[in-house]
Amino acid sequence: MDRKEVTSLKEFICIICPVGCKIKVDFELSSLSASGFASAPAIKSIHGFRCQRGEKYVQEEIINPKRTLTSVVSLKNGEMPMCPVRTSVPISKDILEEMTRNVSQLSVEAPVKIGEVLVKNIMGSGADIVVTRDLNRMIN
Amino acid sequence: MEKPIIVIGAGPAGLQVAISIVKNFQNKEGFFPPVIVIDREKHAGGILNQCIHTGFGLAEYKEELTGPEYASRVLQEFRQLGIELRLSTTVIRVDENKMVTTLSPHRGLEKINALAIIFTTGCRERARGVIHIPGDRPAGIYTAGLAQKFINIDGYLPGKRVVILGSGDIGLIMARRLTFQGAKVLAVLEANNFVGGLARNVVQCLDDFNIPLYLSHTITDIIGKNRVEKVKISRVDENMRPVWGSEFELACDTILLSIGLIPENELAEMAGVKLDPSTNGAVIDENYMTSIKGIFACGNALHVHDLVDKLAVEAKEVGKNVAEYVDLSIGNSSTKGSLEFNAGTSVNIDENIRYILPHKISGKKTVKFHFRVRKPLNDVTLRMGNFQKRFPYLLPNEMSSVTIPAEYFERIDGDYLELLAVKGVKKVKGKEEDSELIQSQIVREVKIWIEKKLPV
Repeated sequence: MDRKEVTSLKEFICIICPVGCKIKVDFELSSLSASGFASAPAIKSIHGFRCQRGEKYVQEEIINPKRTLTSVVSLKNGEMPMCPVRTSVPISKDILEEMTRNVSQLSVEAPVKIGEVLVKNIMGSGADIVVTRDLNRMIN
Repeated sequence: MEKPIIVIGAGPAGLQVAISIVKNFQNKEGFFPPVIVIDREKHAGGILNQCIHTGFGLAEYKEELTGPEYASRVLQEFRQLGIELRLSTTVIRVDENKMVTTLSPHRGLEKINALAIIFTTGCRERARGVIHIPGDRPAGIYTAGLAQKFINIDGYLPGKRVVILGSGDIGLIMARRLTFQGAKVLAVLEANNFVGGLARNVVQCLDDFNIPLYLSHTITDIIGKNRVEKVKISRVDENMRPVWGSEFELACDTILLSIGLIPENELAEMAGVKLDPSTNGAVIDENYMTSIKGIFACGNALHVHDLVDKLAVEAKEVGKNVAEYVDLSIGNSSTKGSLEFNAGTSVNIDENIRYILPHKISGKKTVKFHFRVRKPLNDVTLRMGNFQKRFPYLLPNEMSSVTIPAEYFERIDGDYLELLAVKGVKKVKGKEEDSELIQSQIVREVKIWIEKKLPV
């Protein structure tokens, strides 16, 4: 088993809310490459965040950065041609590109309601693809 | 039929101000006229319907919602109050007597005599002609908001190889949006030497996809016969003049322009409402009333907002003032009313501040000022007599505000609000840092001053 130790001094911009706190972190990341399992980074010092979510964001950003995906899918027989969707929770950044391709193939039948689940646990990410706009059926 | 209150525009500002007016009426005694919200689109929600990304409603609902989700929440409250909504209805004329002329397929042409009018007509986008980008005029040049509509509402991809001019939030959001839909965004260009949009958007829209951001650069030529083929990009100096020899080319088929939002006030102008040339929005008093009695303005139509949450706070305040004005106008209650409309004291600014609202105050009421600076400033202290507020930084892309309690205005005697760059100790959570010594930058002295003028 390889044991890699990486020490880093980095500045992150938190993306949790529009403030965008600049968070400076001095951390040590130990990774066991055989199992590909990384333990929580040993943070020597962290400052610059204005709330707890910033601290949590940076920890995740170091090990496994996550993002929320938003897009549109085809709406069949609807009052509008497209229906906006989102991932219910943030998903891992490394599957983001593949997920955008998968989502772009989806379509849904009108009417739809906010919160309606289109795909449960997409790509095993733990996130569902949900509708974000109430849209009616097309009136002729 | 009694004169109604007309809200023009059913975007977030229009919906919130209508909700606020009705809720404030409910707290008062007497009979109140109806509120009618008018919008030319088929759906309410305004620009929110095409903003399918998250970032809305964090302050209000403690959740990060997409634009349509936020619109739905507001609409729920709106519907519960039973406020009349006229969609697919275009206001074609407003005059200084508050006569509103509307046109719609199902109601035809109508003239409404309004008791009060609130302009919540949002913004339009700045186009190529305004900044005189030279070159050919091929297809494939869109403003960022239009491209957003094409993708998110109509389902069209505007192009495959894109160059974006302007690093405001719309430009950054569209860089990500296009990338998600399979287009290649070659670069985002920004003429200033600082980014226009939020830092978080630089991270999640550019850094995440390794899209290069060129500060102090702009497009100096567009080449293409029927469709855009390439652009020439040059570096610019601090006077926005292209630097000779810095030019390079990028082959592309689409250009997105994200070069500014302009408040939409054609109807207001038609009615004779005075506009402030530095915002292109109405000149207002501390109650958000315009130069015409009974006509108010708020939301993006008044000044461009960064966050819908702040816009909602503004709209709620305006709704309260409108209710008070209507209360006084129809002589409902016995209360004299505490609002003084179109008071005579002007608020003036110097060239470091791009604009400040409100333009006029009575000096008798606590006022929340909103303003924007022209360039980024660090560690400034706003001082007026004994009043003081410190800002760690002021950025042009973040609307700043300061609330000055009424009692401080009594002491105005040629005093002015002075923004001075002073050295201070910056305290951020966990660690104390010394801010940079900026005595040498005292030239960044910014003045907002209030001159006592005789009432007009």
